[in-house]
Amino acid sequence: MIRSDRYLTGLGALILVVAASVYAAQEHAVIQKGKAFSVKRLNVKIGDSVKFVNEDPYTHNVFSLSDAKSFDLGSHGQGVSRTVSFDKAGTIEVECAVHPEMRMIVEVSK
Amino acid sequence: MARLASFSPQSAKLRVALLAASAAACLAVQADSLFAPSATQADQVWRLPAPPMPADNMTTPSRVELGRALFFDPRLAGSGAMSCATCHNPSLGWSDGLKTAIGANGKVLGRATPTITNTAYNTQFMWDGRKKSLEDQALGPMQSRDEMASDMHGMSQRLASVQGYAAMFAAAYPGQPISSDTIAKAIAAFERTIVVRNTAFDRWLDGDAQALNQQQWRGYKVFNDPVKGNCVACHSAPNFTDNGYHNVGLNPAGNGDMGRYAIRQVASLKGAFKTPSLRDIAATAPYFHDGRMADLAQVVDYYERIGVHRTEGLSPSIRPLQLTVQDKQDLVMFLQALSSPSQSYAVPSLPQ
Repeated sequence: MIRSDRYLTGLGALILVVAASVYAAQEHAVIQKGKAFSVKRLNVKIGDSVKFVNEDPYTHNVFSLSDAKSFDLGSHGQGVSRTVSFDKAGTIEVECAVHPEMRMIVEVSK
Repeated sequence: MARLASFSPQSAKLRVALLAASAAACLAVQADSLFAPSATQADQVWRLPAPPMPADNMTTPSRVELGRALFFDPRLAGSGAMSCATCHNPSLGWSDGLKTAIGANGKVLGRATPTITNTAYNTQFMWDGRKKSLEDQALGPMQSRDEMASDMHGMSQRLASVQGYAAMFAAAYPGQPISSDTIAKAIAAFERTIVVRNTAFDRWLDGDAQALNQQQWRGYKVFNDPVKGNCVACHSAPNFTDNGYHNVGLNPAGNGDMGRYAIRQVASLKGAFKTPSLRDIAATAPYFHDGRMADLAQVVDYYERIGVHRTEGLSPSIRPLQLTVQDKQDLVMFLQALSSPSQSYAVPSLPQ
């Protein structure tokens, strides 16, 4: 019995280690509405992605020129969403090229 | 014969009276139908509040007075022959009526002079947004060799030697030196007083249903309708601008003037320019960043055309429009209703 208990404990620990090492990347959603992002700041993990959804009746263009992640999701109209993934830790300033007052921060951590 | 037989002076008077009464009733109905319906709660998004001002440059009468003098003073230019008002002329809607501005030594510049009307509400400055504030923008033409080509340090010293200016600066910015900083602040404080929010449209929003006629009101509906004019996609409430940047097809893919792309290297910004406000738009022809269109009817025709014959890089916000001839006429009449009442402007005597 003692041996089988130890075996089970070891197995549980192994499962925990494996689970931690294969963190399932998440997809976060950010809405663009009323010329504003739905959140001012978003904390994500490396490997996560963010889906930017345009709910305004006009075009937006999400982009970042930050060192940690430079991307341009292009012009996207009403109802269209664009996704970007983050593969490096850092602070990323996200803007809309069309409407410079639309700004948010994506904080990517390990 | 029977009718003649029934004629009498009394019945004739009665008929005349009835005719007059019915004509008056018809005219009253017609007059009512000439005016727009009353503004609704939803329309109130267009009401323009009092202009904002930055905490470090609150508007005061002495700052505005100083700024007005500086604005009209050609001694600010390197040549001594050009003031802010040379291009931002109050007689021409605070612009210059030219396709593109004329700078120092008669040099024709690349872009149109934007009006200063309602810039108090802007969050973006210059056609490409390269300036961060009205104060920052005020210095731009002075620092440009192609425009006023001012020697800022020398000019500050020169202003300090003018007794009248020394007193005005002391009153406006006590304890602060005459410098680029205080010159820019004073001009910006003055510019924040050039506000238009008493147009026929604004009076209609305030409850005067007779301020807009039916045609102007129909034009307002066309302006807002996403299938018809869709103008509101960019010229949004309350100041008829989204403070945004769009390629409206004038410079396909940034061919020629790259516009906003020079400031922000994002592909869609090639050939994109800031959305101008529309209050007092009738006073600031010609239109667009290069003054390409002579009047508002041409602008409306252009948007109808470019929505169909699309060019590379055109903003997706510009859609094919479903406009009848009547819609276009109504739209132009609405834009005319965004004008403030015409009035003279008294230029100041300059300090000596």
